[in-house]
Amino acid sequence: MTDAAIRIENLTKDYPYGFLHLKTKRSLEGLTMRVEDGEVFGFLGPNGAGKSTTIKLLVGLIFPTAGTAYILGKPISDIAMHQDVGYLPEQPYFYDYLTATELLDYFARIHNLKAAGRRDRVARMLKKVGLETARKIQLRKYSKGMLQRVGLAQAILHDPRVVILDEPMSGLDPLGRREVRDIILELKREGRTVLFSTHILSDAEMLCDRVGVIAGGTLRGVGAPDEIVGIKAHGMEILFEFAGENAAAAALLGKATRTGNRYRLQVDEGELYATLEQLRSAGARILSVAQIKASLEEYFMHLIAADRAQAAAVDVSGK
Amino acid sequence: MSRVGVVAWNTFREAVRDRVLYNLVFFALLMMCAAILVGQISIGIEQMVIVSLGLSAISVIGLLMAVFIGVGLVSKEMDKRTLYALLAKPVRRWEFLLGKFGGLLLTLGINTAAMAAGLFAALYYVKHSLERADGIALVAIYFILLKLALVVALALLFSCYTTPLLAILFTAGLYVSGLFVNEMRGLHSETMAPAVQALLRGLSYILPNFENFDVMASAAHARHIPGMLILQNTAYAVLYCTIVLTAAAVIFSRRNLK
Repeated sequence: MTDAAIRIENLTKDYPYGFLHLKTKRSLEGLTMRVEDGEVFGFLGPNGAGKSTTIKLLVGLIFPTAGTAYILGKPISDIAMHQDVGYLPEQPYFYDYLTATELLDYFARIHNLKAAGRRDRVARMLKKVGLETARKIQLRKYSKGMLQRVGLAQAILHDPRVVILDEPMSGLDPLGRREVRDIILELKREGRTVLFSTHILSDAEMLCDRVGVIAGGTLRGVGAPDEIVGIKAHGMEILFEFAGENAAAAALLGKATRTGNRYRLQVDEGELYATLEQLRSAGARILSVAQIKASLEEYFMHLIAADRAQAAAVDVSGK
Repeated sequence: MSRVGVVAWNTFREAVRDRVLYNLVFFALLMMCAAILVGQISIGIEQMVIVSLGLSAISVIGLLMAVFIGVGLVSKEMDKRTLYALLAKPVRRWEFLLGKFGGLLLTLGINTAAMAAGLFAALYYVKHSLERADGIALVAIYFILLKLALVVALALLFSCYTTPLLAILFTAGLYVSGLFVNEMRGLHSETMAPAVQALLRGLSYILPNFENFDVMASAAHARHIPGMLILQNTAYAVLYCTIVLTAAAVIFSRRNLK
Protein backbone atom coordinates (compact mmCIF):
# COMPACT_ATOMS: atom_id res chain seq x y z
CA MET A 1 0.00 0.00 0.00
CA THR A 2 1.41 3.43 -0.92
CA ASP A 3 1.95 5.88 1.90
CA ALA A 4 -0.85 8.36 2.42
CA ALA A 5 -0.25 12.10 1.99
CA ILE A 6 -1.20 12.47 5.66
CA ARG A 7 -1.14 9.52 8.04
CA ILE A 8 -2.25 10.10 11.62
CA GLU A 9 -1.71 7.39 14.21
CA ASN A 10 -3.34 7.47 17.61
CA LEU A 11 -2.79 11.21 17.99
CA THR A 12 -3.72 12.42 21.45
CA LYS A 13 -3.45 15.86 23.00
CA ASP A 14 -3.95 16.87 26.61
CA TYR A 15 -3.84 20.50 27.70
CA PRO A 16 -2.77 21.26 31.24
CA TYR A 17 -4.86 23.74 33.20
CA GLY A 18 -5.26 25.08 36.72
CA PHE A 19 -2.88 27.31 38.67
CA LEU A 20 -0.04 24.79 38.75
CA HIS A 21 -1.02 23.08 35.51
CA LEU A 22 -1.52 19.85 37.41
CA LYS A 23 -4.87 18.99 35.85
CA THR A 24 -5.24 18.08 32.21
CA LYS A 25 -8.07 18.29 29.74
CA ARG A 26 -8.10 15.90 26.78
CA SER A 27 -8.66 17.80 23.58
CA LEU A 28 -7.97 15.00 21.13
CA GLU A 29 -8.39 11.30 21.79
CA GLY A 30 -6.46 8.65 19.83
CA LEU A 31 -7.08 10.08 16.37
CA THR A 32 -6.18 7.67 13.58
CA MET A 33 -6.91 8.47 9.95
CA ARG A 34 -5.41 8.87 6.48
CA VAL A 35 -5.70 11.51 3.82
CA GLU A 36 -4.80 10.06 0.43
CA ASP A 37 -2.56 11.74 -2.10
CA GLY A 38 -4.41 14.22 -4.30
CA GLU A 39 -7.70 14.22 -2.43
CA VAL A 40 -9.61 17.08 -0.87
CA PHE A 41 -10.42 16.06 2.67
CA GLY A 42 -12.83 18.01 4.84
CA PHE A 43 -12.40 17.93 8.56
CA LEU A 44 -15.78 18.61 10.08
CA GLY A 45 -16.90 19.23 13.58
CA PRO A 46 -18.52 21.80 15.84
CA ASN A 47 -16.46 24.42 17.67
CA GLY A 48 -14.13 22.84 20.22
CA ALA A 49 -14.33 19.42 18.55
CA GLY A 50 -10.56 19.11 18.09
CA LYS A 51 -10.18 20.21 14.45
CA SER A 52 -7.76 23.06 15.07
CA THR A 53 -5.87 21.00 17.64
CA THR A 54 -5.30 18.28 15.03
CA ILE A 55 -4.16 20.80 12.44
CA LYS A 56 -1.83 22.57 14.87
CA LEU A 57 -0.33 19.21 15.78
CA LEU A 58 0.22 18.43 12.10
CA VAL A 59 2.06 21.67 11.39
CA GLY A 60 4.12 21.58 14.57
CA LEU A 61 2.60 24.48 16.50
CA ILE A 62 1.76 22.19 19.41
CA PHE A 63 3.15 18.82 20.42
CA PRO A 64 1.29 15.55 20.87
CA THR A 65 0.80 13.93 24.27
CA ALA A 66 0.78 10.56 22.51
CA GLY A 67 0.76 9.19 18.99
CA THR A 68 2.32 10.62 15.88
CA ALA A 69 1.59 11.63 12.32
CA TYR A 70 3.38 11.58 8.99
CA ILE A 71 3.08 13.95 6.09
CA LEU A 72 4.36 12.60 2.78
CA GLY A 73 6.09 9.87 4.76
CA LYS A 74 8.01 12.25 7.01
CA PRO A 75 7.22 12.48 10.73
CA ILE A 76 5.71 15.79 11.80
CA SER A 77 8.70 16.37 14.09
CA ASP A 78 10.96 16.52 11.01
CA ILE A 79 11.58 20.13 10.00
CA ALA A 80 12.07 19.05 6.35
CA MET A 81 8.40 18.05 6.27
CA HIS A 82 7.44 21.76 6.27
CA GLN A 83 9.04 22.29 2.87
CA ASP A 84 6.17 20.42 1.23
CA VAL A 85 3.34 21.69 3.40
CA GLY A 86 1.36 24.91 3.12
CA TYR A 87 -0.69 26.12 6.09
CA LEU A 88 -3.36 28.75 6.53
CA PRO A 89 -4.09 29.47 10.21
CA GLU A 90 -7.61 30.11 11.45
CA GLN A 91 -8.43 33.83 11.27
CA PRO A 92 -4.97 34.61 9.96
CA TYR A 93 -3.11 37.69 11.08
CA PHE A 94 0.17 38.80 9.61
CA TYR A 95 2.74 41.55 10.17
CA ASP A 96 0.50 44.52 9.52
CA TYR A 97 3.36 46.92 8.84
CA LEU A 98 4.18 44.96 5.65
CA THR A 99 2.51 45.12 2.28
CA ALA A 100 1.23 41.89 0.70
CA THR A 101 4.25 41.83 -1.63
CA GLU A 102 6.67 42.29 1.27
CA LEU A 103 4.97 39.59 3.34
CA LEU A 104 5.09 37.06 0.52
CA ASP A 105 8.69 38.00 -0.24
CA TYR A 106 9.52 37.46 3.45
CA PHE A 107 7.99 33.98 3.41
CA ALA A 108 9.62 33.20 0.05
CA ARG A 109 13.01 34.01 1.60
CA ILE A 110 12.16 31.77 4.56
CA HIS A 111 11.55 28.99 2.01
CA ASN A 112 14.93 29.78 0.45
CA LEU A 113 13.37 30.56 -2.93
CA LYS A 114 16.01 31.90 -5.30
CA ALA A 115 16.07 35.65 -5.88
CA ALA A 116 15.64 35.23 -9.65
CA GLY A 117 12.21 33.62 -9.46
CA ARG A 118 11.03 35.11 -6.18
CA ARG A 119 9.57 38.35 -7.48
CA ASP A 120 7.76 36.56 -10.28
CA ARG A 121 6.39 33.88 -7.92
CA VAL A 122 5.11 36.51 -5.48
CA ALA A 123 3.40 38.43 -8.29
CA ARG A 124 1.77 35.23 -9.61
CA MET A 125 0.45 34.26 -6.20
CA LEU A 126 -1.02 37.71 -5.61
CA LYS A 127 -2.71 37.51 -8.99
CA LYS A 128 -4.03 34.05 -8.18
CA VAL A 129 -5.75 35.27 -5.02
CA GLY A 130 -6.93 38.51 -6.62
CA LEU A 131 -4.75 40.92 -4.68
CA GLU A 132 -2.74 42.34 -7.57
CA THR A 133 -4.11 45.84 -7.18
CA ALA A 134 -3.73 45.84 -3.37
CA ARG A 135 -0.18 44.50 -3.38
CA LYS A 136 1.40 47.77 -2.22
CA ILE A 137 -1.06 48.46 0.60
CA GLN A 138 0.00 47.71 4.18
CA LEU A 139 -1.84 44.73 5.65
CA ARG A 140 -3.21 46.86 8.50
CA LYS A 141 -5.56 48.36 5.92
CA TYR A 142 -6.78 44.97 4.66
CA SER A 143 -10.28 43.61 5.27
CA LYS A 144 -10.77 40.17 6.80
CA GLY A 145 -11.43 38.66 3.39
CA MET A 146 -8.26 40.19 1.96
CA LEU A 147 -6.21 38.84 4.89
CA GLN A 148 -7.69 35.40 4.23
CA ARG A 149 -6.62 35.66 0.61
CA VAL A 150 -3.10 36.78 1.43
CA GLY A 151 -3.04 33.88 3.91
CA LEU A 152 -3.93 31.49 1.10
CA ALA A 153 -1.24 33.01 -1.08
CA GLN A 154 1.46 32.44 1.58
CA ALA A 155 0.20 28.88 2.08
CA ILE A 156 0.72 27.93 -1.56
CA LEU A 157 3.64 30.25 -2.33
CA HIS A 158 6.29 27.54 -2.20
CA ASP A 159 4.34 25.08 -4.36
CA PRO A 160 3.56 22.60 -1.55
CA ARG A 161 2.19 19.12 -2.25
CA VAL A 162 0.01 19.19 0.85
CA VAL A 163 -2.09 22.23 1.79
CA ILE A 164 -3.68 22.44 5.23
CA LEU A 165 -6.29 25.13 5.75
CA ASP A 166 -7.86 25.87 9.12
CA GLU A 167 -11.38 27.24 8.63
CA PRO A 168 -10.55 28.91 5.30
CA MET A 169 -14.11 30.13 4.77
CA SER A 170 -14.77 31.47 8.23
CA GLY A 171 -15.84 35.09 8.34
CA LEU A 172 -16.00 35.47 4.58
CA ASP A 173 -18.94 36.84 2.63
CA PRO A 174 -20.53 34.61 -0.06
CA LEU A 175 -18.25 36.04 -2.75
CA GLY A 176 -15.16 35.47 -0.63
CA ARG A 177 -16.25 31.89 0.11
CA ARG A 178 -16.73 31.23 -3.56
CA GLU A 179 -13.24 32.55 -4.33
CA VAL A 180 -11.71 30.30 -1.68
CA ARG A 181 -13.72 27.34 -3.02
CA ASP A 182 -12.38 28.05 -6.51
CA ILE A 183 -8.82 28.14 -5.21
CA ILE A 184 -9.29 24.80 -3.41
CA LEU A 185 -10.71 23.27 -6.60
CA GLU A 186 -7.75 24.61 -8.54
CA LEU A 187 -5.36 23.08 -6.01
CA LYS A 188 -7.14 19.77 -6.51
CA ARG A 189 -6.84 20.07 -10.29
CA GLU A 190 -3.13 20.67 -9.82
CA GLY A 191 -2.93 17.34 -7.98
CA ARG A 192 -2.28 18.71 -4.50
CA THR A 193 -3.68 17.17 -1.36
CA VAL A 194 -5.91 19.55 0.57
CA LEU A 195 -7.02 19.08 4.17
CA PHE A 196 -9.31 21.78 5.44
CA SER A 197 -11.41 22.16 8.52
CA THR A 198 -14.80 23.76 8.44
CA HIS A 199 -18.16 23.82 10.05
CA ILE A 200 -19.79 25.17 6.92
CA LEU A 201 -21.20 21.89 5.73
CA SER A 202 -22.34 22.91 2.28
CA ASP A 203 -18.73 23.82 1.43
CA ALA A 204 -17.56 20.38 2.52
CA GLU A 205 -20.30 18.66 0.52
CA MET A 206 -19.37 20.68 -2.53
CA LEU A 207 -15.58 20.30 -2.38
CA CYS A 208 -14.58 17.14 -0.58
CA ASP A 209 -13.75 13.70 -1.88
CA ARG A 210 -14.00 12.51 1.70
CA VAL A 211 -14.79 14.03 5.05
CA GLY A 212 -13.89 13.12 8.59
CA VAL A 213 -16.31 14.07 11.33
CA ILE A 214 -14.87 14.83 14.76
CA ALA A 215 -16.77 15.68 17.91
CA GLY A 216 -15.61 15.85 21.52
CA GLY A 217 -12.03 15.11 20.45
CA THR A 218 -12.98 11.76 18.92
CA LEU A 219 -13.25 10.84 15.26
CA ARG A 220 -16.82 9.72 14.54
CA GLY A 221 -16.45 8.61 10.96
CA VAL A 222 -14.57 9.01 7.70
CA GLY A 223 -15.91 8.59 4.20
CA ALA A 224 -17.47 10.28 1.21
CA PRO A 225 -19.93 12.96 2.36
CA ASP A 226 -22.97 10.85 1.36
CA GLU A 227 -21.49 7.65 2.88
CA ILE A 228 -20.68 9.23 6.19
CA VAL A 229 -24.11 10.64 6.65
CA GLY A 230 -25.75 7.51 5.31
CA ILE A 231 -27.83 9.64 3.02
CA LYS A 232 -31.13 8.06 2.13
CA ALA A 233 -34.07 9.84 0.68
CA HIS A 234 -36.60 10.03 3.45
CA GLY A 235 -39.46 11.55 1.54
CA MET A 236 -40.29 13.91 -1.29
CA GLU A 237 -40.93 17.62 -1.28
CA ILE A 238 -43.42 19.17 -3.69
CA LEU A 239 -43.38 22.89 -4.35
CA PHE A 240 -46.53 24.22 -5.94
CA GLU A 241 -48.60 27.34 -6.49
CA PHE A 242 -52.27 27.43 -5.68
CA ALA A 243 -54.74 30.28 -5.57
CA GLY A 244 -58.38 30.08 -4.56
CA GLU A 245 -60.20 27.33 -2.66
CA ASN A 246 -60.84 23.68 -3.34
CA ALA A 247 -62.49 21.29 -0.91
CA ALA A 248 -60.71 18.25 -2.37
CA ALA A 249 -57.29 19.86 -1.89
CA ALA A 250 -58.07 21.28 1.56
CA ALA A 251 -56.58 18.32 3.43
CA LEU A 252 -53.31 18.55 1.48
CA LEU A 253 -53.13 22.32 1.84
CA GLY A 254 -53.55 21.90 5.57
CA LYS A 255 -50.38 19.76 5.72
CA ALA A 256 -48.34 22.12 3.52
CA THR A 257 -46.26 25.12 4.55
CA ARG A 258 -47.51 28.26 2.88
CA THR A 259 -45.56 31.31 1.69
CA GLY A 260 -47.85 33.65 -0.23
CA ASN A 261 -49.36 31.60 -3.03
CA ARG A 262 -46.63 28.98 -2.79
CA TYR A 263 -46.90 25.77 -0.82
CA ARG A 264 -44.25 23.28 0.26
CA LEU A 265 -45.56 19.80 0.95
CA GLN A 266 -43.64 16.75 2.21
CA VAL A 267 -44.97 13.29 1.35
CA ASP A 268 -43.72 9.69 1.41
CA GLU A 269 -42.21 8.47 -1.83
CA GLY A 270 -45.06 5.92 -2.32
CA GLU A 271 -47.69 8.65 -2.14
CA LEU A 272 -45.97 11.00 -4.57
CA TYR A 273 -47.88 10.30 -7.77
CA ALA A 274 -51.28 10.16 -6.08
CA THR A 275 -50.61 13.48 -4.38
CA LEU A 276 -49.43 15.07 -7.61
CA GLU A 277 -52.61 13.89 -9.33
CA GLN A 278 -54.76 15.34 -6.54
CA LEU A 279 -52.96 18.68 -6.76
CA ARG A 280 -53.21 18.76 -10.55
CA SER A 281 -56.94 18.03 -10.42
CA ALA A 282 -57.42 20.82 -7.88
CA GLY A 283 -55.75 23.26 -10.30
CA ALA A 284 -52.40 23.63 -8.53
CA ARG A 285 -49.32 24.51 -10.57
CA ILE A 286 -46.46 22.14 -9.71
CA LEU A 287 -43.16 24.04 -9.56
CA SER A 288 -40.71 21.34 -8.44
CA VAL A 289 -40.42 17.89 -6.91
CA ALA A 290 -37.25 17.00 -4.94
CA GLN A 291 -35.94 14.22 -2.72
CA ILE A 292 -35.56 15.02 0.96
CA LYS A 293 -32.10 13.89 2.12
CA ALA A 294 -30.45 13.96 5.49
CA SER A 295 -27.85 16.73 5.27
CA LEU A 296 -24.49 16.83 7.00
CA GLU A 297 -26.06 19.44 9.19
CA GLU A 298 -28.64 16.97 10.46
CA TYR A 299 -25.89 14.41 10.98
CA PHE A 300 -23.99 16.96 13.00
CA MET A 301 -26.97 17.82 15.11
CA HIS A 302 -27.58 14.14 15.69
CA LEU A 303 -23.98 13.67 16.89
CA ILE A 304 -24.13 16.61 19.24
CA ALA A 305 -27.50 15.51 20.62
CA ALA A 306 -26.09 12.00 21.19
CA ASP A 307 -23.08 13.47 23.02
CA ARG A 308 -25.32 15.57 25.23
CA ALA A 309 -27.56 12.61 26.00
CA GLN A 310 -24.50 10.52 26.91
CA ALA A 311 -23.11 13.29 29.11
CA ALA A 312 -26.48 13.64 30.84
CA ALA A 313 -26.64 9.86 31.39
CA VAL A 314 -23.17 9.87 32.96
CA ASP A 315 -24.14 12.81 35.10
CA VAL A 316 -27.30 11.10 36.33
CA SER A 317 -25.59 7.77 37.00
CA GLY A 318 -22.81 9.68 38.77
CA LYS A 319 -25.36 11.14 41.16
CA MET B 1 20.31 35.19 3.45
CA SER B 2 19.87 32.55 6.14
CA ARG B 3 16.53 32.17 7.89
CA VAL B 4 17.99 33.81 10.99
CA GLY B 5 19.00 36.76 8.85
CA VAL B 6 15.56 36.98 7.21
CA VAL B 7 13.82 37.07 10.61
CA ALA B 8 16.39 39.57 11.94
CA TRP B 9 15.91 41.90 8.98
CA ASN B 10 12.14 41.77 9.41
CA THR B 11 12.46 42.55 13.13
CA PHE B 12 14.58 45.58 12.26
CA ARG B 13 12.07 46.64 9.61
CA GLU B 14 9.26 46.38 12.17
CA ALA B 15 11.15 48.64 14.59
CA VAL B 16 11.76 51.20 11.86
CA ARG B 17 8.14 51.18 10.68
CA ASP B 18 6.86 51.38 14.24
CA ARG B 19 8.89 54.61 14.47
CA VAL B 20 11.08 53.29 17.25
CA LEU B 21 14.03 55.30 15.93
CA TYR B 22 12.12 58.54 16.59
CA ASN B 23 13.85 58.54 19.99
CA LEU B 24 16.84 59.90 18.10
CA VAL B 25 15.04 63.21 17.75
CA PHE B 26 14.82 63.44 21.54
CA PHE B 27 18.50 62.57 21.86
CA ALA B 28 19.48 65.14 19.22
CA LEU B 29 17.51 67.85 21.02
CA LEU B 30 19.11 66.90 24.35
CA MET B 31 22.61 67.04 22.89
CA MET B 32 21.96 70.37 21.13
CA CYS B 33 20.65 71.99 24.32
CA ALA B 34 23.53 70.58 26.37
CA ALA B 35 26.13 71.75 23.87
CA ILE B 36 24.73 75.28 23.69
CA LEU B 37 24.41 75.51 27.47
CA VAL B 38 27.88 74.10 28.18
CA GLY B 39 29.37 76.32 25.48
CA GLN B 40 28.02 79.38 27.29
CA ILE B 41 29.17 78.32 30.75
CA SER B 42 32.63 77.25 29.54
CA ILE B 43 34.40 76.54 32.82
CA GLY B 44 36.65 73.78 31.55
CA ILE B 45 34.36 70.86 32.16
CA GLU B 46 32.73 70.79 28.71
CA GLN B 47 34.08 67.37 27.83
CA MET B 48 33.04 65.80 31.12
CA VAL B 49 29.50 67.18 31.01
CA ILE B 50 28.85 66.35 27.37
CA VAL B 51 30.34 62.83 27.55
CA SER B 52 28.61 61.97 30.84
CA LEU B 53 25.27 63.30 29.66
CA GLY B 54 25.58 61.71 26.23
CA LEU B 55 26.62 58.29 27.52
CA SER B 56 23.89 58.33 30.18
CA ALA B 57 21.27 59.18 27.57
CA ILE B 58 22.57 56.48 25.20
CA SER B 59 22.45 53.96 28.04
CA VAL B 60 18.98 54.89 29.33
CA ILE B 61 17.36 55.12 25.87
CA GLY B 62 19.01 51.83 24.86
CA LEU B 63 17.88 50.10 28.06
CA LEU B 64 14.29 51.27 27.63
CA MET B 65 14.26 49.99 24.07
CA ALA B 66 15.96 46.70 24.98
CA VAL B 67 13.51 45.96 27.80
CA PHE B 68 10.25 47.17 26.29
CA ILE B 69 10.81 45.88 22.77
CA GLY B 70 12.71 42.80 23.99
CA VAL B 71 9.86 41.44 26.13
CA GLY B 72 7.49 41.75 23.19
CA LEU B 73 9.71 39.95 20.70
CA VAL B 74 8.06 36.58 21.26
CA SER B 75 4.94 37.34 23.31
CA LYS B 76 3.64 39.90 20.82
CA GLU B 77 4.00 37.40 17.99
CA MET B 78 2.15 34.80 20.04
CA ASP B 79 -0.63 37.18 21.09
CA LYS B 80 -1.18 38.43 17.55
CA ARG B 81 -0.65 34.92 16.15
CA THR B 82 1.74 36.23 13.49
CA LEU B 83 4.00 33.38 14.56
CA TYR B 84 1.66 30.62 13.38
CA ALA B 85 2.23 30.98 9.65
CA LEU B 86 5.97 31.38 10.20
CA LEU B 87 6.54 28.36 12.44
CA ALA B 88 4.57 26.15 10.05
CA LYS B 89 7.37 26.81 7.57
CA PRO B 90 10.78 25.17 7.67
CA VAL B 91 12.04 27.41 10.47
CA ARG B 92 13.46 25.95 13.63
CA ARG B 93 12.30 27.70 16.74
CA TRP B 94 15.84 28.59 17.78
CA GLU B 95 16.35 30.19 14.35
CA PHE B 96 13.31 32.37 15.00
CA LEU B 97 14.61 33.37 18.45
CA LEU B 98 18.09 34.10 17.19
CA GLY B 99 16.61 36.15 14.35
CA LYS B 100 14.51 38.21 16.75
CA PHE B 101 17.55 38.74 19.00
CA GLY B 102 19.71 39.74 16.03
CA GLY B 103 17.04 42.07 14.67
CA LEU B 104 16.66 43.99 17.91
CA LEU B 105 20.42 44.11 18.35
CA LEU B 106 20.74 45.56 14.84
CA THR B 107 18.12 48.18 15.73
CA LEU B 108 19.92 49.05 18.96
CA GLY B 109 23.28 49.10 17.15
CA ILE B 110 22.08 51.57 14.52
CA ASN B 111 20.30 53.65 17.14
CA THR B 112 23.39 53.72 19.33
CA ALA B 113 25.65 54.54 16.38
CA ALA B 114 23.42 57.49 15.47
CA MET B 115 23.44 58.71 19.08
CA ALA B 116 27.23 58.29 19.23
CA ALA B 117 27.52 60.49 16.14
CA GLY B 118 25.33 63.07 17.90
CA LEU B 119 27.51 62.89 21.00
CA PHE B 120 30.70 63.51 19.01
CA ALA B 121 29.04 66.33 17.08
CA ALA B 122 28.12 68.02 20.38
CA LEU B 123 31.65 67.42 21.68
CA TYR B 124 33.11 69.01 18.54
CA TYR B 125 30.75 71.98 18.93
CA VAL B 126 31.95 72.77 22.45
CA LYS B 127 35.66 71.93 21.99
CA HIS B 128 36.02 73.00 18.33
CA SER B 129 38.23 69.93 17.84
CA LEU B 130 38.36 66.22 18.60
CA GLU B 131 41.37 64.46 20.15
CA ARG B 132 42.52 60.87 20.16
CA ALA B 133 41.57 60.59 23.86
CA ASP B 134 37.95 61.36 22.99
CA GLY B 135 37.90 57.95 21.33
CA ILE B 136 37.62 56.42 24.82
CA ALA B 137 33.94 57.35 24.69
CA LEU B 138 33.68 54.87 21.83
CA VAL B 139 34.81 52.07 24.17
CA ALA B 140 32.15 53.14 26.66
CA ILE B 141 29.55 53.07 23.89
CA TYR B 142 30.73 49.59 22.88
CA PHE B 143 30.30 48.44 26.49
CA ILE B 144 26.79 49.91 26.52
CA LEU B 145 26.01 47.85 23.42
CA LEU B 146 27.32 44.69 25.11
CA LYS B 147 25.15 45.46 28.12
CA LEU B 148 22.13 45.97 25.88
CA ALA B 149 22.78 42.62 24.18
CA LEU B 150 22.64 40.95 27.59
CA VAL B 151 19.45 42.76 28.53
CA VAL B 152 17.80 41.78 25.21
CA ALA B 153 18.80 38.14 25.76
CA LEU B 154 17.24 38.20 29.25
CA ALA B 155 14.08 39.94 28.03
CA LEU B 156 13.79 37.35 25.26
CA LEU B 157 14.18 34.51 27.74
CA PHE B 158 11.38 35.84 29.95
CA SER B 159 9.28 36.66 26.90
CA CYS B 160 9.30 32.95 26.03
CA TYR B 161 7.36 31.79 29.04
CA THR B 162 5.67 34.62 30.88
CA THR B 163 3.49 37.67 30.35
CA PRO B 164 5.05 40.91 29.07
CA LEU B 165 4.45 42.66 32.39
CA LEU B 166 6.20 39.96 34.41
CA ALA B 167 8.94 39.79 31.80
CA ILE B 168 9.56 43.53 32.24
CA LEU B 169 9.68 43.12 36.02
CA PHE B 170 12.05 40.14 35.85
CA THR B 171 14.36 41.77 33.32
CA ALA B 172 14.46 45.08 35.18
CA GLY B 173 14.95 43.23 38.47
CA LEU B 174 17.88 41.27 37.10
CA TYR B 175 19.39 44.42 35.61
CA VAL B 176 19.22 46.30 38.90
CA SER B 177 20.63 43.36 40.90
CA GLY B 178 23.34 43.00 38.27
CA LEU B 179 24.52 46.52 39.11
CA PHE B 180 25.42 45.40 42.64
CA VAL B 181 27.11 42.10 41.91
CA ASN B 182 30.56 43.16 43.13
CA GLU B 183 29.09 44.50 46.39
CA MET B 184 27.19 41.27 46.84
CA ARG B 185 30.36 39.26 46.37
CA GLY B 186 32.37 41.29 48.84
CA LEU B 187 29.70 41.55 51.49
CA HIS B 188 30.96 40.45 54.92
CA SER B 189 29.06 41.07 58.09
CA GLU B 190 29.28 39.64 61.58
CA THR B 191 25.52 39.74 61.95
CA MET B 192 24.75 37.96 58.70
CA ALA B 193 24.36 34.19 58.79
CA PRO B 194 27.12 32.34 56.90
CA ALA B 195 24.49 30.55 54.79
CA VAL B 196 23.08 33.87 53.61
CA GLN B 197 26.56 35.15 52.82
CA ALA B 198 27.29 31.98 50.84
CA LEU B 199 23.99 32.36 49.00
CA LEU B 200 24.74 35.98 48.08
CA ARG B 201 28.21 35.01 46.96
CA GLY B 202 26.80 32.21 44.81
CA LEU B 203 24.20 34.57 43.34
CA SER B 204 26.86 37.12 42.52
CA TYR B 205 28.43 34.60 40.14
CA ILE B 206 25.13 33.60 38.55
CA LEU B 207 23.59 37.05 38.10
CA PRO B 208 24.70 39.06 35.07
CA ASN B 209 27.44 41.46 36.11
CA PHE B 210 26.45 44.82 34.67
CA GLU B 211 28.90 46.72 36.83
CA ASN B 212 31.85 45.71 34.67
CA PHE B 213 30.30 47.44 31.67
CA ASP B 214 30.18 50.84 33.37
CA VAL B 215 33.22 52.87 32.34
CA MET B 216 31.39 56.17 32.07
CA ALA B 217 33.66 57.95 34.57
CA SER B 218 36.81 56.89 32.71
CA ALA B 219 35.33 58.05 29.41
CA ALA B 220 34.19 61.39 30.87
CA HIS B 221 37.73 62.09 32.10
CA ALA B 222 39.36 60.55 29.00
CA ARG B 223 41.17 57.98 31.14
CA HIS B 224 42.69 54.93 29.49
CA ILE B 225 40.61 51.72 29.48
CA PRO B 226 42.77 48.56 29.47
CA GLY B 227 42.51 46.30 26.43
CA MET B 228 42.13 43.30 28.73
CA LEU B 229 38.89 44.73 30.11
CA ILE B 230 37.54 45.12 26.57
CA LEU B 231 38.44 41.51 25.81
CA GLN B 232 37.07 40.25 29.13
CA ASN B 233 33.76 42.11 28.80
CA THR B 234 33.32 40.94 25.21
CA ALA B 235 33.92 37.30 26.15
CA TYR B 236 31.63 37.62 29.18
CA ALA B 237 28.77 39.13 27.16
CA VAL B 238 29.10 36.54 24.38
CA LEU B 239 29.17 33.65 26.84
CA TYR B 240 26.31 34.95 28.98
CA CYS B 241 24.14 35.71 25.94
CA THR B 242 24.84 32.21 24.57
CA ILE B 243 23.74 30.58 27.83
CA VAL B 244 20.61 32.72 28.15
CA LEU B 245 19.62 32.27 24.50
CA THR B 246 20.17 28.51 24.75
CA ALA B 247 17.84 28.40 27.76
CA ALA B 248 15.29 30.48 25.84
CA ALA B 249 15.53 28.12 22.86
CA VAL B 250 15.04 25.05 25.07
CA ILE B 251 11.95 26.57 26.71
CA PHE B 252 10.48 27.90 23.47
CA SER B 253 11.06 24.70 21.50
CA ARG B 254 8.77 22.85 23.93
CA ARG B 255 6.11 25.50 24.12
CA ASN B 256 2.64 24.79 22.74
CA LEU B 257 1.17 27.73 20.83
CA LYS B 258 -2.49 28.04 21.75
